[in-house]
Amino acid sequence: MKFTKSLAITALGLGTALAATATTATVANAKACGKAGELTIVSWGGAYTKSQVEAYHKPFLKDCAGAKIKSQDYSGGIAEIKAQVEGKKVSWDIVDVELSDAIRACDEGLLETIDHAKLPKGDNGAVATDDFLKGTLYDCAVANIVWSTIFAYDTTKIKGDVPKTMADFFDLKKWPGKRGMRKGAKVNLEFALMADGVAAKDVYKALETKAGLDRAFKKLDTIKSSVVWWTAGAQPPQLLADGEVLMTTAYNGRIFNAVAGEGKPFAIVWDGQIWDLDLWVIPKGGPNKDLAMDFLKYSTGTKPLAAQASYISYGPARKSSSSLVGKYHNKDIDMGPQMPTAPNNLKNAVQSNFSFWADNADQLKERFNAWLAKG
Amino acid sequence: MSDAAATSQSTPRDALLVASDGVPLKVKLAKTTAAARRRAFLLTLPLVLFVLISFVFPIGEMLVRSFHNPVGGNVVPAFAESIAKWDGKGLPSEEVFEVFVKDLARARKVRDVGKTVGNLATRVNYEIPGSRSLITKSARKVGKIKNPPYKDALLAIDKRWSNPHVWLVLQRATTDYTLSFYLAALDRRYDKTNNIVQADELYRIYIPILLKTLWLSALITFLCFMLAYPVAYLLSTLPLRTSNLLMILVLLPFWTSLLVRTTAWIAMLQTQGVLNDVFVSLRLIGNEDRIQLIYNQTGTIIAMVHILLPFMILPLYSVMKTIPPSYMRAARSMGASQTYAFIRIYFPQTLPGIAAGTLLVFILAIGYYITPALVGGNDGLLISNLIADHIKSTLNWSLGAALGSILLVIVLMLYWLYNRLVGIDNLKFG
Repeated sequence: MKFTKSLAITALGLGTALAATATTATVANAKACGKAGELTIVSWGGAYTKSQVEAYHKPFLKDCAGAKIKSQDYSGGIAEIKAQVEGKKVSWDIVDVELSDAIRACDEGLLETIDHAKLPKGDNGAVATDDFLKGTLYDCAVANIVWSTIFAYDTTKIKGDVPKTMADFFDLKKWPGKRGMRKGAKVNLEFALMADGVAAKDVYKALETKAGLDRAFKKLDTIKSSVVWWTAGAQPPQLLADGEVLMTTAYNGRIFNAVAGEGKPFAIVWDGQIWDLDLWVIPKGGPNKDLAMDFLKYSTGTKPLAAQASYISYGPARKSSSSLVGKYHNKDIDMGPQMPTAPNNLKNAVQSNFSFWADNADQLKERFNAWLAKG
Repeated sequence: MSDAAATSQSTPRDALLVASDGVPLKVKLAKTTAAARRRAFLLTLPLVLFVLISFVFPIGEMLVRSFHNPVGGNVVPAFAESIAKWDGKGLPSEEVFEVFVKDLARARKVRDVGKTVGNLATRVNYEIPGSRSLITKSARKVGKIKNPPYKDALLAIDKRWSNPHVWLVLQRATTDYTLSFYLAALDRRYDKTNNIVQADELYRIYIPILLKTLWLSALITFLCFMLAYPVAYLLSTLPLRTSNLLMILVLLPFWTSLLVRTTAWIAMLQTQGVLNDVFVSLRLIGNEDRIQLIYNQTGTIIAMVHILLPFMILPLYSVMKTIPPSYMRAARSMGASQTYAFIRIYFPQTLPGIAAGTLLVFILAIGYYITPALVGGNDGLLISNLIADHIKSTLNWSLGAALGSILLVIVLMLYWLYNRLVGIDNLKFG
């Protein structure tokens, strides 16, 4: 039943997103945008899209008379963007992508370039290039949040001696049971090396070598038969809730929302977390390019970024937003300590290395698939 | 008299062949039938155009993509021309370096789709993993190189440029036509001296999966046949009213959405699913050791056999329906045992249906995508899933096209073999 349930969740997420889009602006205050039109905004669905609808879409529609928003879900990658741009039929106006995808799509000329000077100043008056965290602004992409892949477990299933480190995730002797992992080489190789004792800062140095890669796959071998592979971000909380797995890697915001929003008894282990960025990109040659740019500027402003953090535990990419991050939107939970960027959570953490993955993703995908197919 | 006789003899012949307006009748007839044929062809024209536009051209384009990849030449055309003359020994000359540096610096400013440095980097990265950053990084810096020697300046940016292998790959990547993708699809590659070698064992995936696809398709076809034959026989012998009812039961899943049927199998087979629950409640297995029936090869086989079954039942049924029961009775009356009569009399007459059913199921199975994608898990994936992955996710369309072409050739070869063994004229689809 797990499959149907997760389907229902996705559908529900989409439903709320669509319902939200139906409430078009009635307040005639067209300062956020220059032109009217219908934007197709593409993001990752579920709780994440919901946080964007609340923090970005709704206020934008209020401030931009005549604009409409169609929210669409996807599961990452730049295949659709490439097909649309090369086929000169661009229907996605603005897309939420991962960093390595943003870099690659930009390199291949699939995206509009973004003038950083035109991004709005922070609420504290700092110019955008100073206000955004280091490494969050790119030629074709502007980061909105910092997210992280962590692992989590069900506190009703594991009591007393709880897992604390990445090595514990791989320890089948002490905690026998299934493990959930994202299907693919990315993050799993890093996790495996950290579990095998490689220091966080040396992970990518090791992965550059053949010995390091072999070591990572060898470590993954030790739990391979117990792994349930997931592909969409909404799956891991469901796998945990259904008891299909004992521990699972997941996006931290999804676990947080299952806990805060649905009262699930899950706990996050931050040790060995791999943090990454999500960024807005605008596919080249879309019909609503200007409106998309208006939306991008609006949504990456100080307030919307801070507002999003009250719906999901992803860290805003602007420094000026951090001080505005308060509590969860309908509960008394301080959001600060829930962020991947909170000092306590960063003690043993890795930033996903986009240039390593841009270089090696194709090759490691083949190796990972060959490894997986061996049964 | 003799003259008259001669004319009277020749006149009827001429009169027979010439129409009233003097045109020979044969020509006239040919004209009318040709006109009719043209009209008939005009009626089929929409279908011909539809097939051309929606089928022949796209497939043709796909086949071409598998060996025609002009990206390199589009990005750095001047360099492509200059490196083509290089003999492949040692490092290219200073002139080639100069052209490369200037062309790369120019290409760096291009933002047109398919003509950016990133496209070239992607192409080269297919053959030397890790070289994407070498090219994008160097492209950012070559603008600063103003004076010779260009070779030293480029090596100063990154010492990997001193590796002849990089230049061999660049030479290959800037030609419009290449076999690289077919090699990759066959788990082979060019080594550092341009010899074709097998890929490292850890990275070999396409041939094993292709063989597995063929084997699983054969197995699924066989299982479909074993299940379908008795059902079709039953349907063909029952009275019409009952057989119609049963036929609806066969066709009902056929009319149901493929996704719904596959999802139903997930609900049935998963570890917390119906089948496992039944096994546990019957105490056939313990609650702790529920059987993994889905997200693996077993799940793929079960779901695909079910989905492809009607394609086997229908041709079998239509052939069996035409076999008069009196033949079997005649054989029995002449002393043949039930088995002997079945083997010698009944079975041979069903061969056209078997031939059609197996061909249909096998060819459908070999290219099946959605079911293995949903229930295949780790070891139940088929070659079509890898093709889809290259089209959708890694964006290596040329490799996807090469894999697709290989699959197409295999199907055509099997079809040819089948034609030799069974004879396509003997097929009977219904």
